[in-house]
Amino acid sequence: MLKCTSACAGCSDSLALRYVLKAAGPDTVMVVPACCTSVIQGIYPNTAFNVPVYNIAFGAAAACASGMSNAFRAAGKKTNVIVYAGDGGTLDIGIQAMSGAFERGTDFLYICYDNEAYGNTGMQRSGGTPMGAKTTTTPTGKTDAKKDIDAIIAAHDPPYMATACAAYPQDIFKKVQKALTFRGPTFIHILAPCPPGWRYPTEKSVEMGKLAVKSGMWVLYEREYGKVTIGPQSKAAMKKPLPLEEYLSPQGRFKGIDTKVVEILKQRIAKNYQRLAADEEASA
Amino acid sequence: MSAVRERLAMSRPKEGAAGQTGSWRVFKPVVDREKCNACGLCAMYCPDASIDEELIVDLRFCKGCGICANECPKKAIEMVREEK
Repeated sequence: MLKCTSACAGCSDSLALRYVLKAAGPDTVMVVPACCTSVIQGIYPNTAFNVPVYNIAFGAAAACASGMSNAFRAAGKKTNVIVYAGDGGTLDIGIQAMSGAFERGTDFLYICYDNEAYGNTGMQRSGGTPMGAKTTTTPTGKTDAKKDIDAIIAAHDPPYMATACAAYPQDIFKKVQKALTFRGPTFIHILAPCPPGWRYPTEKSVEMGKLAVKSGMWVLYEREYGKVTIGPQSKAAMKKPLPLEEYLSPQGRFKGIDTKVVEILKQRIAKNYQRLAADEEASA
Repeated sequence: MSAVRERLAMSRPKEGAAGQTGSWRVFKPVVDREKCNACGLCAMYCPDASIDEELIVDLRFCKGCGICANECPKKAIEMVREEK
């Protein structure tokens, strides 16, 4: 990726993308459905990406990558095929194509960067929006819980899947490199804090990602052939969690959140921790 | 129909694909070289890769988000209001 994209100032998606492309190397093809990333490429006739990019409709990214990957393999090439989709393109609109590609065992890497709303159209609610967060379509706070896409992917039993956070670029780099060594479908879910959407000052992007991991709203783990490994950052957070309020209070989208909702969020965090710890123990 | 069109409508990789985004900036980062210990965290966290290996900020493209100043462990970067 080259300097100067048309991303917003402080965008953690472009930060994550830099490390994804760095890890993937030059022999890579990207498939990008409609999302912020298709906007930050820049304006014709220039693009900020140094690799070929295929822009495609929301619901078709994984299906397109499936065909591409098969064509490359048939031609005897080892080119990496990476789908880089937002949370709307993964959790809501693209889920059937993605599920199909995982079922067929396509050799590709699916990356979902999750800013927890439809960012470039003006922060509408998506399946990834957490409970209690205000978006332009849920002005009083979302009443439903965040969809657990990682559990849905895990049910497809891919060789490798992981969660990452844009605040830990080295972790993203390692996970992408590792994912590309596997043959078959792999999945990485990256949390990407979004300054205009989450309503916090631009300089806090990285801080916010770290707070998300430390408070337990986001858990870093890998699942390799069913074996769960929780990341060291999340292990530390499990032992000594940061109060959830420290993560919620700097964000404008959680302003005036009901204490009942905070309790529910806390319960979900505890439940999630328990489930993952049990998974880790069972698979060890 | 000719087999291959000579000029294909295709975007090509170029630095500054979105123009000089430095003009978006309200606050610019100023590095205090005496405090800086060259850890490189600012370059690592810069979303626009505007800080190079010698830790010099490319002000043509820096959008002034301030992540570098916020993450600097030595607090060697200060955000100063842009004068125009």
